[in-house]
Amino acid sequence: MGSKFKKEGGRGEPAISTASLPDIVFILLFFFMVTTVMREVDLKVKVVVPSATEIQKFKNKSLVTYIYIGSPTDEKLGTSARIQLGDAYAEVQDVGAYIETRRGEHDEAEVPLLITAFKVDRSTKMGIVTEVKQELRKVSALKISYSSVEGITFK
Amino acid sequence: MPKRDAPEINAGSMADIAFLLLVFFLVTTTMDSDMGMMRKLPPTLPPDMPKPPPIKDRNVFVVLANSNDQLLVEGELMDISELKAAAKEFIENPMNIETLPEMKTVDVPIFGVRQVSKQVISLQNDNGTSYELYVQVQNELAAAYNELRDELAQDKFGVTYKQLVENKEKAKVNAIKRVYPQRISEAEPKDVGGH
Repeated sequence: MGSKFKKEGGRGEPAISTASLPDIVFILLFFFMVTTVMREVDLKVKVVVPSATEIQKFKNKSLVTYIYIGSPTDEKLGTSARIQLGDAYAEVQDVGAYIETRRGEHDEAEVPLLITAFKVDRSTKMGIVTEVKQELRKVSALKISYSSVEGITFK
Repeated sequence: MPKRDAPEINAGSMADIAFLLLVFFLVTTTMDSDMGMMRKLPPTLPPDMPKPPPIKDRNVFVVLANSNDQLLVEGELMDISELKAAAKEFIENPMNIETLPEMKTVDVPIFGVRQVSKQVISLQNDNGTSYELYVQVQNELAAAYNELRDELAQDKFGVTYKQLVENKEKAKVNAIKRVYPQRISEAEPKDVGGH
């Protein structure tokens, strides 16, 4: 094997250089780093969001706060629906404080633009969802979104 | 091979390192595009607020959802697949039928003086209603409004309502919204299902 920086026509037949392979892979790497979003949290609840047709994309993902509601993935905790805020289980009364901490992470001017997105399992009963909505009203977090996937809604 | 004083560092493993990083990013990322139905919650009212004037029954389209995921629309059991058509008929009231909402004359920009119905849709669900049905009902009602707005946009401007919104033609969009304002009111849920 010759030196990488050898002069052309130095020694007979040169081997095909694989030196550019890392560069190619790095380009791929940067592509994925730029085009993808980090998974926000480890899901502790099972969430299969319902499908809907009249849905919009979020304009700015950094303004979105997620509230997950569904039955716990850990079966020891039972099957009744639980709320997950950030990385941990939470109760309904914690929602207001969580929204306030999220607000603290943003500029004051951005606070009215913050959206709370419900990622709720389709089999969840509305009772718990309504309680969370009432908590949001108390802290005037009025912009909400029901996360859904695009598709037909009923058969 | 002749001996060399300073052997070059093997860069062959560079690709492996990069691949490792690549795999890490592939695994930790989500490709799902986040979409949802945007809604606005009503603000909490101060307790000393005067009560709003009552709305006439004929102007209210009542949708009730019970804990068995059945719908009662204007007093009649209805399948979710019929809801959109029923809501459209109610919102538009083209024949000015007595039981459907009253019409009032409004001066809308671009469209001029027009008959606009005083419709309100009232949605009430039980605490035992499934979230899936709730989203479906919200979706169907939104679809009813969007289809009416679309028909109007096609009729007047020759483009779909969605295109108007995407092209940021605010004046036209607002005019259409004045003709078909989306008024979905959610009542506090009841707990009658027993579950």
